[in-house]
Amino acid sequence: MNVANEAVAGHHAPHGNHGGHLGAHGATHRQYMVGFLLAIILTAIPFALVMSHSVAGTPLLIAGFAMAQIIVHVVYFLHVNSSEGQRWNLVALIYTAIVVGIILGGSIWIMHHLYLNMMPGMMHGRVR
Amino acid sequence: MSTDQMIMRDGALALRPGYADHAADALRDLRQSHDAVDFQVEHHHDAAATAQLGFWIYLMSDCLLFSGLFATYSVLHGHTAGGPTPQSLFELPYVLVETMFLLVSSFTCGLATLAMNRQQRNATVGWLAVTFLLGLGFVGMEVHEFAHLVAIGAGPSRSAFLSSFFTLVATHGLHVTCGLIFMAVMMVTVLKKGLTPSTQTRLNCLSLFWHFLDIIWVGVFSLVYLFGVAH
Amino acid sequence: MFGKLTLSAIPYTNPIVMGAVAGMVIAVLAVLALVTYLGKWKYLWTEWFTSVDHKKIGVMYLIVGGVMLLRGFADAIMMRSQQALAYGHNLGYLPPQHFDQVFSAHGTIMIFFMAMPMVIGLMNCVLPLQIGARDVAFPFLNNLSLWLTVAGAILLNVSLAIGNFSRTGWLAYPPLSELHYSPGVGVDYWIWALQISGIGTTLTGVNFIATILKMRAPGMTLMRMPVFTWAALCTNILIVAVFPILTVTLALLTVDRYLGMHFFTNSFGGDPMMYLNLIWIWGHPEVYILILPLFGVYSEIVPTFSGKPLFGYTSMVYATMTIALLSMLVWLHHFFTMGNGGDVNAFFGITTMIIAVPTGVKIFNWLFTMYRGRVRFTTPMLWTIGFMITFTIGGMTGVLLSEPPADFVLHNSLFLVAHFHNVIIGGVVFGVFAGLSYWAPKIFGFPLNERLGKWAFWCWFIGFYVAFMPLYILGMMGATRRMDHYNVAAWHPLFIVAAIGSVIIFAGIGLQLLQVVVSIRQRERTRDLTGDPWNGRTLEWSIPSPAPAYNFARIPVVRDRDAFWDMKRRGVDLTASTFVPIHMPRNKGAGIIMAGFALVTAFSMVWHIWWLAIAGLAGVLVTLIRHAFDDDRDFHIGADEVRRVEGLHGRVHARSL
Repeated sequence: MNVANEAVAGHHAPHGNHGGHLGAHGATHRQYMVGFLLAIILTAIPFALVMSHSVAGTPLLIAGFAMAQIIVHVVYFLHVNSSEGQRWNLVALIYTAIVVGIILGGSIWIMHHLYLNMMPGMMHGRVR
Repeated sequence: MSTDQMIMRDGALALRPGYADHAADALRDLRQSHDAVDFQVEHHHDAAATAQLGFWIYLMSDCLLFSGLFATYSVLHGHTAGGPTPQSLFELPYVLVETMFLLVSSFTCGLATLAMNRQQRNATVGWLAVTFLLGLGFVGMEVHEFAHLVAIGAGPSRSAFLSSFFTLVATHGLHVTCGLIFMAVMMVTVLKKGLTPSTQTRLNCLSLFWHFLDIIWVGVFSLVYLFGVAH
Repeated sequence: MFGKLTLSAIPYTNPIVMGAVAGMVIAVLAVLALVTYLGKWKYLWTEWFTSVDHKKIGVMYLIVGGVMLLRGFADAIMMRSQQALAYGHNLGYLPPQHFDQVFSAHGTIMIFFMAMPMVIGLMNCVLPLQIGARDVAFPFLNNLSLWLTVAGAILLNVSLAIGNFSRTGWLAYPPLSELHYSPGVGVDYWIWALQISGIGTTLTGVNFIATILKMRAPGMTLMRMPVFTWAALCTNILIVAVFPILTVTLALLTVDRYLGMHFFTNSFGGDPMMYLNLIWIWGHPEVYILILPLFGVYSEIVPTFSGKPLFGYTSMVYATMTIALLSMLVWLHHFFTMGNGGDVNAFFGITTMIIAVPTGVKIFNWLFTMYRGRVRFTTPMLWTIGFMITFTIGGMTGVLLSEPPADFVLHNSLFLVAHFHNVIIGGVVFGVFAGLSYWAPKIFGFPLNERLGKWAFWCWFIGFYVAFMPLYILGMMGATRRMDHYNVAAWHPLFIVAAIGSVIIFAGIGLQLLQVVVSIRQRERTRDLTGDPWNGRTLEWSIPSPAPAYNFARIPVVRDRDAFWDMKRRGVDLTASTFVPIHMPRNKGAGIIMAGFALVTAFSMVWHIWWLAIAGLAGVLVTLIRHAFDDDRDFHIGADEVRRVEGLHGRVHARSL
């Protein structure tokens, strides 16, 4: 009987855990401040890099800063974490990230190969 | 004896026909105490948590909607058809100001949430109003940019690149506009009804939506504007 | 004032179309007149149209699906008869433009307005009952989703009478579907019908995920969920993942056609191949969205009628999840011939072949469940066995097509048509009928007539093989799909055989209609008084039939897989002596009103009536905001009422009566 009752009790635990909800209850002023400052820094650097035309390999850097800033937003503004009450939010987010990866990566890969195969000239001139 | 066995024996007896009534009653009374094992009279679901999970899943689907647009832009951004290229069109200082509008509005939206958590009604509406104005400023700047591009002959029907640029950025702008309508409705709601639990749930959803739009914008300014100029 | 809409949009001169229109108008008028005569408008409005009860919404979905099955099948019969006739000098009776509309409408209707409503209808009817919930997570949203789907279906049928429908196939490939090549309103009808129903489907997906994750009865851990619930969870995750891509793709085609943009045009840098890429990112998972819930249905039926627990529950769950994930990685196999390189084609060919593995796991699980079981050959079980045979054949021809070199030969041939009908009829349609006959007692309170059900099954089963096996051969012989006429003598007999097959299926559909009528007439005699007519295993059978408005007077506590079987095994008493008021959502009219405005908007967009489109959109927005301020959302069913209803079904304990 212990097993069954534990299962029942386990089911109830997340319902009672109001602190685990997204977006709000546990949020502090500090979190928003830190997130805001980090976001500003992570915006300013790539803009500065591009506007000053300074660094080679910028596209990769831009992508890196974008990823970093998205993570900052998710952690400090959306307050997603791995607590029990947010398990499904986190799972949904990771799943979405995978699907976005499939859609973006797959489309670019497929269309890039198509152009290589069917219109080799296009890959250089980029005029059509 | 474990509860399991008792119930099993109990149930078998109850099903047996012709069993003495008083014995059945006695067992019945015994069972009432075990009903709680098989049934609950009420099972309370946390409506607020369910609503927020539902809204979160909707946001994920919206994110995938944008991923379709991002993928399309990634594929078509080089298809300029002899028309203007990203480098010749985008002005980064202007975009930086736009970005700041949205980023600060995300921050003030967070401050509204904090005020809400402290049950400060006026402060909540105040910060929402600031957020609203910043969002309006962002949409205004975007409309201005579009008008400028159309005026110089770089409208959405000029090339596949411009079609995908306009559609991606305008879809984000349309979402921000919907967010502004949502925000206006919520400000009226808070003023009329106060910070009731259901209002708070909706305000939480609104703040999720607003922060989410800022995340999408990070993708837009990186992939469209910064990549476009850096290339 | 009325955009492109003039009286000449009504095809007076075409006798076939006008005959169909007349039939449709007469049918609609007859229904309206009957409802008025019976004075049932208020009843329909308050009890059904505005209902937030998932069971009633489910039934309405099923009715939509059934009606659209008839419409889609009428198109099928027209195509089969045209192709049986149109050989050599005989041009048949359908001119090419009309034939093109018929096959476009057939595919669109069968996928979006027959299969999807049927599947979502079954999920609505059954899913909350299986997890011991009193409703779905967002009951109002559920009502809105239904009416958005209905609005799409109405718009599609309006195209028959006003203007014309798309002639570009069920997926409207550009550049043919671009304004330059399809200047009429047909493609616009297609776009808007799919757009509004697709948004409804996305909302359904959100709703059911939240329902399954948050509303399960205490004790029902994920690995104790019924397999149908698992399948529904995976399905809805796929819906939420890919329907937004459909929305985007349709929107991009829309702006191409309405605003002169160049996403998929041949000029100004547009790329039609990007459309193929996007639409199939949605389109392939879509076929799994259709089939996965039916895999769930079969997984409920086989254990029930074999009197054994499902063999390999865990492997079934993992197979379902694997299929759901892999279905997102195969989309290119729909357009191997676009001209991609060997790397890309090989990748997608291999992922496609891999899907056969988890699907095979499922087939073996069902077989092993039946093995040494006491199998009862009821109608649901017949559909299931018919499915296993038919779907296996369809799956194998699918693996053939997953080889890029073979696909280059068979692409766009009737072999392909035979393949996808083999899996969709053999899998989805058979599954829907299996599920309907299985859950009918729970949904309606009485079972469907077994004898007529079995006759209908044999007509469908035999009719399917007679209709589609010739198409495999024709495909091998080089016959392409979507032909309104051909000159090859060797094809003609096979087309005639296929037409005979469609007539046999038609007989099956006729028998099913008869079955519905007979079952309703016999309902007093056949009523399900036990709530558990099949000796079921899952929670929906633990409550009375038909399920009361509140579903569960008391919420069951789940202690094992096959929760109700476990209760029966332990001899748990289902009668109760104490009742409490039950909290329920209130019916709301905002859903149907919003969908009505959406329909007006969509129709005006088709005909470029801009002022009306803006007015319709404003209507949607105003209704939504009014609904947001509506606080009267719920009520309680009193304890006495609960006791009364439970008493009707003998669920009140004798001593407390």
